Amino acid sequence: MSGEVILEAVGLKRYYQIDRGAFKKPAVLKALDGASFKLKKGSTLAIVGESGCGKSTMARLVTMIEPPTAGQLNIGSENVTNASAAVRCNLHKKVQIVFQDPYGSLNPRQKIGNSLEEPLLVNTPMKKGERREAAQKMLGLVGLRPEHYNRYPHMFSGGQRQRIAVARALMLNPQIVVLDEPVSALDVSIQAQILNLLTQLQQRFDLAYMFISHDLSVVKHIADEVMVMYLGKPVETGSREEVFSKPHHPYTRALLSATPVADPFRSKERIVLRGELPSPISPPSGCTFHPRCPSMTEECKYTAPELVKKGGCMVACYHPKTY
Amino acid sequence: MPLLEIENLTVSFQTAGGQFTAVDKVSLHIEPGEIVSVVGESGSGKSVAMLALMGLLPWTATVTADRLAFNNQDLKTISKSELRKIIGSKMAMIFQEPMTSLNPCFTIGFQLTETLKIHLGMNRAERKKRAIELLELVGIPEPRKRLTAFPHQLSGGMNQRVMIAMAISCNPELLIADEPTTALDVTIQAQILELLLNLQKKQGMSLVLITHDMGVVAETAERVAVQYAGQQVEKQQVKGLFSNPHHPYTQALLNSLPERSNSKILPSIAGVVPGQFDKPKGCLFSPRCDYATTKCHTIPPTAASEELGKALCHYPIVDGKPTNYPEEVNP
Repeated sequence: MSGEVILEAVGLKRYYQIDRGAFKKPAVLKALDGASFKLKKGSTLAIVGESGCGKSTMARLVTMIEPPTAGQLNIGSENVTNASAAVRCNLHKKVQIVFQDPYGSLNPRQKIGNSLEEPLLVNTPMKKGERREAAQKMLGLVGLRPEHYNRYPHMFSGGQRQRIAVARALMLNPQIVVLDEPVSALDVSIQAQILNLLTQLQQRFDLAYMFISHDLSVVKHIADEVMVMYLGKPVETGSREEVFSKPHHPYTRALLSATPVADPFRSKERIVLRGELPSPISPPSGCTFHPRCPSMTEECKYTAPELVKKGGCMVACYHPKTY
Repeated sequence: MPLLEIENLTVSFQTAGGQFTAVDKVSLHIEPGEIVSVVGESGSGKSVAMLALMGLLPWTATVTADRLAFNNQDLKTISKSELRKIIGSKMAMIFQEPMTSLNPCFTIGFQLTETLKIHLGMNRAERKKRAIELLELVGIPEPRKRLTAFPHQLSGGMNQRVMIAMAISCNPELLIADEPTTALDVTIQAQILELLLNLQKKQGMSLVLITHDMGVVAETAERVAVQYAGQQVEKQQVKGLFSNPHHPYTQALLNSLPERSNSKILPSIAGVVPGQFDKPKGCLFSPRCDYATTKCHTIPPTAASEELGKALCHYPIVDGKPTNYPEEVNP
């Protein structure tokens, strides 16, 4: 059924300890510092932010590659954080991931067919013939031909490889697919093909997508809900229409204005942020965005703002833009 | 008088599978103080054409051109030592990946002052002063301290700034930026583009911006050349290109951008860019073109008139419709 919440995260955190040699105390890197969200069946949640904002850490937590340091993660009706090994094994089949780099994410020495069958081999009691049939059917679904079954990854172009990566993720009929920058390594004309494929597959299988990207024009096209992150914390969440038409947080507004738009007739205000992303090992006090924020005040330096409802969005800022 | 004239530049490589033409009869004229963008997907030969101009290709490359001139000086006939005086001082280049283009074994200061020493013959104190000035110009905080830093100690955006500082150190008349922002985050990309445009205005230099990002083109360039599979398929003013593209490839490329589409399914271009072994006989875009006819599949097209953006097409598009299109086939 569409609309039912399939993934829920409450205050998800992931810290890493970093050793800095024998004479210094190990530092704590807060890669993800409290993120809450809900993902509904058949919909797409886009996670947007620059490098180092915790997007990929989020993907690792949701796919259960790593356990969260704190917080709760529910998939369907199961709580992942304290699930038994057997339950967890079952959950792994429900969440699959597609990576950014189609050149690096396929084994060059494995035939495409074997690569597609491997998830079935590990997780299901299917016979050889059945697996082969399933793999060939999947190849057709992602727009490849059955004769591609016996080929190696180097014989495919970037776009085709990304199709294979998508096919592999769908082999176990997952409910949630995490897409970690699936189109950013591809050319524009190929990017459109892959985005179309993802849309078609979502409608066909009623998939929930967690779409991680830094490209706002792609996000605007594909997302239903958007979460903007900065240094491990969500700064603004809301529906696509709300976030793109009425961005409240200064970071969201800067991000939107920095994204180049393919329209030479449009004049727009450009907010160029000063400075760069601070190190997540020693993040700034208070609101982590304050050193780069154009509307910073004294208050921002000391206490971090909480996510509060503002219009149709949740915004973590003391001075959100009002409409 | 144009600053740079390239007429029918062809670059081919000797490969194990035979001769491969990466750049096929590309022409480009650049006036002083102009911003020209070269757009194309990977494999369209946009970088190779500029590398050929800079003389940075390996020995396997064969470069031929009817005319290759900078400031009315023929680059094909002048001696190598003369050429070295132009390249790096009058004509400079910024590369895509700042992290790999800088030498990790030397400090920023050393790499920056090397150009000043060779091209301008400055002494040590002058060089240091100028290097600090340059770093300040490109917006690096605490430039004095940064001179002794190594590339790995700086972030990607900072390294790209160092690359830019190095390129503009001798006040070049032409700056070629090869995908200067592709490896960077969006907010840093905005900073670097702003910096390049400011420097271009301040120094009055010409800028060639090689990119695949249509958004960057729309916001920075004045004129655009679109390349596909090594050929130049269209040349236009930026506004004309976006409102009235003349080549089917340009049209399809613009339509496939997510931000220009309202439907959930994007109008994508089927297939892939032809490679070395599957080059079509006629028009190189014909296998992927919606308008292709038998003529397109057999006869290579010639460039259309100047008003039609020199579109390399049998039926150049005007206001979204192909012209002189045979009636019996429906597009």
